[in-house]
Parts: sequence; structure tokens; C-alpha cells
Amino acid sequence: MIAAIAFYVFAFILLICAAKVVTSRNPVHSVLFLILAFFNASALFILAGAEFLAMILVIVYVGAVAVLFLFVVMMLDINFAALREGYQRYLPVGLAVGLVLLIELGAVLLGWQMAPEAMNLRFAPIAAGTQNTVQLGRLIYTDYILIFQASGLILLVAMIGAIVLTLRDRGISRRQNIGVQLARNAGNTLVMMDVRTGAGIGELRIIRPQAAEPAAGAHDAHHGAHPGAAHDGGHH
Amino acid sequence: MIAMLLEFLKTPFGILVLTLLKALVLLVPLLIAVAYLTYAERKVMGAMQLRKGPNVVGPFGLFQPFADAIKMMFKETVIPSGASPLLFLMAPMLTFALAMLAWAVIPVNDGWAIADINVGVLYLFAISSLGVYGIIIAGWASNSKYAFLGALRSAAQMVSYEVSMGFIMVTVLICAGSLNLTAIVNAQKTVWYCIPLFPMFIMFFISTLAETNRSPFDIPEGESEIVAGFFVEYSSMSFALFFLGEYANMILMSSMTTILFLGGWLAPFGIEPFTWIPGPIWFILKVCFVLFFFIWTRATFPRYRYDQLMRLGWKVFLPGSLFYLVLVAGVMLAMGWLPHAA
Repeated sequence: MIAAIAFYVFAFILLICAAKVVTSRNPVHSVLFLILAFFNASALFILAGAEFLAMILVIVYVGAVAVLFLFVVMMLDINFAALREGYQRYLPVGLAVGLVLLIELGAVLLGWQMAPEAMNLRFAPIAAGTQNTVQLGRLIYTDYILIFQASGLILLVAMIGAIVLTLRDRGISRRQNIGVQLARNAGNTLVMMDVRTGAGIGELRIIRPQAAEPAAGAHDAHHGAHPGAAHDGGHH
Repeated sequence: MIAMLLEFLKTPFGILVLTLLKALVLLVPLLIAVAYLTYAERKVMGAMQLRKGPNVVGPFGLFQPFADAIKMMFKETVIPSGASPLLFLMAPMLTFALAMLAWAVIPVNDGWAIADINVGVLYLFAISSLGVYGIIIAGWASNSKYAFLGALRSAAQMVSYEVSMGFIMVTVLICAGSLNLTAIVNAQKTVWYCIPLFPMFIMFFISTLAETNRSPFDIPEGESEIVAGFFVEYSSMSFALFFLGEYANMILMSSMTTILFLGGWLAPFGIEPFTWIPGPIWFILKVCFVLFFFIWTRATFPRYRYDQLMRLGWKVFLPGSLFYLVLVAGVMLAMGWLPHAA
């Protein structure tokens, strides 16, 4: 009874959210409704006894993917008027495509026959006495390990492809070289000088030239160019 | 009378009432703890900086948190004219509610968790990864550039550190062989995981600092650069809810560290004089110990720069935790210690 009520409540909210994702005028509101839809889907998973999938849905989709969506949508400067410009012109085409998809879906669903065992296994197809985390683990990492690894490789290739396509290093960015920074010490960084009163420090040539800031490696070489400097440091 | 009551508690409605009561029993002390954590932070940091800290309101300044709370309540809630009012007010509520929600699965003692679910660790991880929404929504709904910058920083930061936190948790799960928090604590009866997994313990603690936006990773607030970051436009109770949420999250993360690495409610070594003290006391002591480190870190280290923060998360913690995960799994497999070896 309670499970049925919960199911209808979550399913109802889920459908409303899904509709609002498409119809919201503000894209940020769309993403927020999408997040609510994910949540309700995860609640439905819990009702079906798949608590592991429910948590993973929240962690992966709500906790990471939707954050990036939100991030991107907030950064975009979306012109709402321009978005709606071709609305009426493209409406017939959109409706036609939608109708074809709907008919195809209907044809598939009507002709679909479920085995009676499969119908019984729809919810919680778990062997008694084991958690569904363990079950899923056995299934994915033991029975279907090759397929799992192959899909991982495909994702990796896609990721590397995206990075290669977008990363443009023009060589002007200044990077922090942690190794060089940690290797520095007082002996090769600080220079102790006796400055004659009233003479200024110009003639000691210890002020860095005003020209372009050298990179970290060149910087150290610059200090090396004053052979006396580091040596002097030891005496004072 | 009592028999009737017991009968009532077995009905669905009775279970609901019982759960609500349990939640109340847990959350009221938690809120008091949050209030006194703000006091403790000011006192401890005061001592570290050779100051006295709050000492005027009440004996030793003990009523200071309540004075602050009352002051906050009587201030005016200002909503900026360009803000989106619903989301603007929703963000602090979300932050606060999420910080409370996660406590449903925390076992303060053996079997004391309100919901002792099989996927407790994942639930905690899911809730803590949602914390970023309060901040992003606040930053966006404020319609202010400082708030927005803070929100973007925190989104990037929290997503980055969650990745390595996830790997660290997986390492603990491999050792414990369960996602249930009670089972994880009980698996530490022989040795607390902070000893065999010491590098992970340190990485986890630093990641929790980043996850709670605490110093030295508090760039989402970054007073000196972006005023107060995501909550610059907030005032009164809406500000107080952010504040309470941040401290409740600190306590939550400390209890997570306690459960995953410091043996939860277990007494040290499990030997005589220590076992006389009941489990919940040990739990609270351990949480306070971790919280002290939170405060100590804040008093000691300067704020990280944004690129340094990203470097630490992606180039140090991620490979480090991944390597240790493989190492631990390999050792467990080689020695035949895996709990679920078929």
C-alpha cells in the first residue's frame, strides 16, 4: 500500500519535472528540474529494491554530471529571443519527426513479448541472501569483464579525443614548476650584499632587469649568472 | 497503556513517529554541537593566536553562540533586487537540510543508526556531493559577480576532490567488504584503518577540508579576493543557515573520518580500561579530535591559490589514491584477505 502510494507520488513528480525540463524558459531552471527528476528516478530505484543503482544515480548524475551542466549553462550567455526565432518555421518538421518516432515506438512496444520469467524478475532480480551490490559486482566484474573493459576503453578514447581537440598550448602560459620551487633554498635564492651608504644598489647589479619575466628554469640560470652572489651569501 | 504503545509503534504510522523521535534525539544534540563548534573554533584559534576569544557573554563566554543566533534572527533578510527570490532563499535551506540529512546513516554506537542501510557509505557520499548545489544556486541566484565567482570556484573544487575521496572510500570498502557503516566499524576490531591505510587517512582528511570549503581550501569564500564568495549577498537567518550548514558539514565529515578510519565507537585496542567508557563517548571524543585538526589547520595555513588547489586534487591525490587502491587490492588478493573471495 505505502509502496504503491510512494511509487505514484515519485512517478508523478518525475513526469512533471521531465516536462518542466523541456518547457522551462530559463535554462538554469531546466537543469534544476532535471536534477529533481534524477532524484525521483533514484527514489523509484529504491522502491524497486535496487539501492546501489539509486545511490550511483545520485552520485554520478546529480553529484557530478548535473553540476557540470549547471556550470556550463550558467556560464553561457543565452539569448532567449534568438533561441525562439525559428520556432514556427521548424515546428512542422519537429512534429513530423516526433510523430514518426512515436509510431515506431508504439510498433515496437505492441509487438514486444515478455517471457513470463522475465516478467516476474522485473523488480529486484536478486538471489536471496546477497546484497545487490555484491550481485552487480559479480555480474559486471566476473561474468561480463571483457565487455566492461571494452566500454571503459571506448570512454577513455572519447575522453582523450576531447582533450586533444580542445587543448591548445600556445606556449605563453606560465606554469608553476613545483620541483624547481621545492629545490630552491636560501643559498641559491637569497643574496646578501653589503651596500655602501649613499651609493645605492645600482652598481651591484642585483636588481632583476625590467625585460620580460623569464620562465622558472631561466630564472634560476639568471641567478647562476652572478657567480659571486651565492658565494657571498655564505660569508655574511 | 505500555502494551498499547508498543502495539502502536509496530504500525506504519507508529514507525514513522518513532523515526521522527529518533531523528529529533540525534539532531537536537547535533545542533547544540554545531553552536558550540563555532564557540570552540573561536576559543581554540584565540588560544593559538594568544588571544582570549569570546569571554564576555556568560561564564567563559559560553553563551556566545546563543547571543550570535539571537542577533542573527533579529536582523533583516535582504534580498537583492536582481536576485531570483525563490532560489535565493532555497539555497541556504538546501545547504542546511543536506547537512542534517546525511546523519540518518551515521552509527554513533553499534546499531544506533536511524537507517542502517546496506549502502550507507554511498548514501553519505551522495549527500556530501549534493552540498555543492546549495553553493552554486546561492551564487547564481544572488545575481552578483563575486557570488558567482565563488560558486564557480566551489563547483570546480568540490567535484575535483570528490573523485579522490571516492577512491579512498573504495579502498576502505575493499578492506571491510561492505558498504554498511556499522559493518565497516565492526571490521576495524582488529586494527583501525588509519594504521594500515595511513596515507589514505591523511589524503581523506585533506579532501574533507576541501569538500567542506574550509581553510586552507576556502577559495569559494576568499574574503580577500571575492569578499565572501557565494554568500556575499546573504544576511540574517539565510546567512546563519549557511553558517550552520558549514559547521554541521564539518562535524559530518569528521564523523565520516571517524567511522572509516578511526574505528567509530570502538575503544582503542579494545582492552580493559578503555572499554569501560561507552561507545558513543568514544565516538564523540574521536569526532572532537578530528574537529580540532580542522580548527588547527585554519589557524596555521594560508589559503591555497586556485591552480595549486586543482594541482593538488588532480595531480597528487588522484594518482596517489588510485595507486594505493591498486596496492591495497593487490596485497589483499595475494594474502587471501579479501572478505568476499568466492
